[in-house]
Amino acid sequence: MSKTQPLSARFARAIRRYWVLYLLCVPGALFFILFRYGPMWGILVAFQDYNIWRGFWDSDWVGFAHFTRFFNGPNFRVLMTNTLMLSLLNIVFAFPAPIILALFLNELRLAWFKRTIQTLIYVPHFISWVIIGSMTFMLLSHGGPINAFLGNFGVGPFPFLTSVGAFRPIMVVQGIWRGAGFGTIIFLAALSSVDMEQYEAAIVDGASRWRQCWHITLPALRSVVVLLLILQMGSVLDTNFDQVVLLSNAGNRSVSDVIETFVFREGIIGGNFSFTTAIGVFQSIIGLILVVAADRTAKAVGQSGLF
Amino acid sequence: MKRNDTIYSRIFDVFNVLFLIFFAAVTTLPFIYIIAGSFASQAEITARGFFLIPREPRTEAYLYILESRLLPRAMWISILMTGVGTAVSMFLTVTFAYPLSKKYLPGRNVMLALVVFTMLFSGGMIPTFLTVRALGLLNSFWALIIPQAISVWNLIVLMKFFQSIPEELEESARIDGATDWRVFLQIILPLSTAGIATFSLFYAVGYWNSFRPALLYLGGAPDLWPLQLVLRNIVLMAGGVIQDVVWDPDALQPPPDSIRNAVIVFATVPILLVYPFIQKHFTKGVMIGAIKG
Repeated sequence: MSKTQPLSARFARAIRRYWVLYLLCVPGALFFILFRYGPMWGILVAFQDYNIWRGFWDSDWVGFAHFTRFFNGPNFRVLMTNTLMLSLLNIVFAFPAPIILALFLNELRLAWFKRTIQTLIYVPHFISWVIIGSMTFMLLSHGGPINAFLGNFGVGPFPFLTSVGAFRPIMVVQGIWRGAGFGTIIFLAALSSVDMEQYEAAIVDGASRWRQCWHITLPALRSVVVLLLILQMGSVLDTNFDQVVLLSNAGNRSVSDVIETFVFREGIIGGNFSFTTAIGVFQSIIGLILVVAADRTAKAVGQSGLF
Repeated sequence: MKRNDTIYSRIFDVFNVLFLIFFAAVTTLPFIYIIAGSFASQAEITARGFFLIPREPRTEAYLYILESRLLPRAMWISILMTGVGTAVSMFLTVTFAYPLSKKYLPGRNVMLALVVFTMLFSGGMIPTFLTVRALGLLNSFWALIIPQAISVWNLIVLMKFFQSIPEELEESARIDGATDWRVFLQIILPLSTAGIATFSLFYAVGYWNSFRPALLYLGGAPDLWPLQLVLRNIVLMAGGVIQDVVWDPDALQPPPDSIRNAVIVFATVPILLVYPFIQKHFTKGVMIGAIKG
């Protein structure tokens, strides 16, 4: 019966029956409409010569002009290189760090020692990037403790904070320092679901701890590692804006300028709204393609994907 | 459990404990250095390099920063932003997560798909900025909160949390004649206090640490800058000088490095104070989030 009713009648019935639930949706839905879907509509600005004074409706349409200008311009290669380098370094160094740390923690036999270490290494996750950037500044500055330490061996002082060569290593170390400890939680959770009998059986068979790790512990982590890697792939063009902004300066600009900092400087400070919107659209679309591609690949090789 | 205690296994255990102690020390020592540095004189900072206990502790740096009106005001803005922001975020997240947890609700799948899509694709920084401006929120206190009020991640995890509450509880209440309102207010919410506490803490930490909204939307309203932005300006841009401090010209101004250290401590202490309370909850929150489906 109800299948044959027109949509509007079914809709009216649903509203009458579940009006409380729909009412509860209103504030949240309004948020998504205004602040998440509104800006998606605002993407149209990328195809305009948006002018604040003339507004959205009266600005001229220019098609793909901003996109071609970006792709052919001098900034494209620098921004892409810097952004991709940071992502690559993150996947190579920062991504495995919590996995390795979790494997070490998992081998600990003293429960109280494990808890103490965990309590200490989770702290940085709750510290803001501003504080981490400020602490980095204090530690690496000209008269700071790291340079004082190096001075004991007759080297330095090095201008770490403004040097082109030091920027990427500092970014990686900051990332590991802040995230590796807390990142272990999800892997330790996956490990806690491993059946202890598997280890006991392996011991009876004479397997060393290394072989137990290789054949039991690591396979238990596979699916969560794949899941996190998919998410990571989708964000190769999203650098950590807060972290980069705090560490970049005139000295290291040639390696520290990434898509988001460029968009911030040219767009919000410089007022080139259309050009920088186009760059942001490019970034979002690449991100969407990559996350879908990574998900398909994971499914193709027999892992459960994201969706 | 019996383990095969070969000599290699023992050597590994010793190495493992040492490695983890080293990692924990690297995590902790920078904090202690900053605290020590905030009580030290410039001569000591320059001469000793790395140290964990100052030889002659001084408190001038703290007296100096407390003279400033800038820092207490920024602290107050941060507290207000954290309190109001957490309340707003929790209201929006709870009221939306509950209907989304009802698989039988017509239209629910469409709404959920639209919500999840925003995790994969977004308008980007500039269109969001233009939206915030069009709504008249630029340079207002609310720009610190409203444009980033709902975290999709928290929303979905809370939705799963609601789904884990046994359906029978709601059904038996309905048989007793309870309306949807009463089920939500008198059954679901009281059963969810643990989840609500966890997500409130996540939001609160997020607001306290947030720096990007102030940088993007409050460029023209320095009176409303929260602590994180003011901290950046003092430490990284103003060379450890706070502009509005009136310091006795005859007295020696405290060294810029200890002022910087003191400002960092000032901004870090609140998080470290709540850390023990957060710690109890966050593991649980991450666990709920780890359940995929």
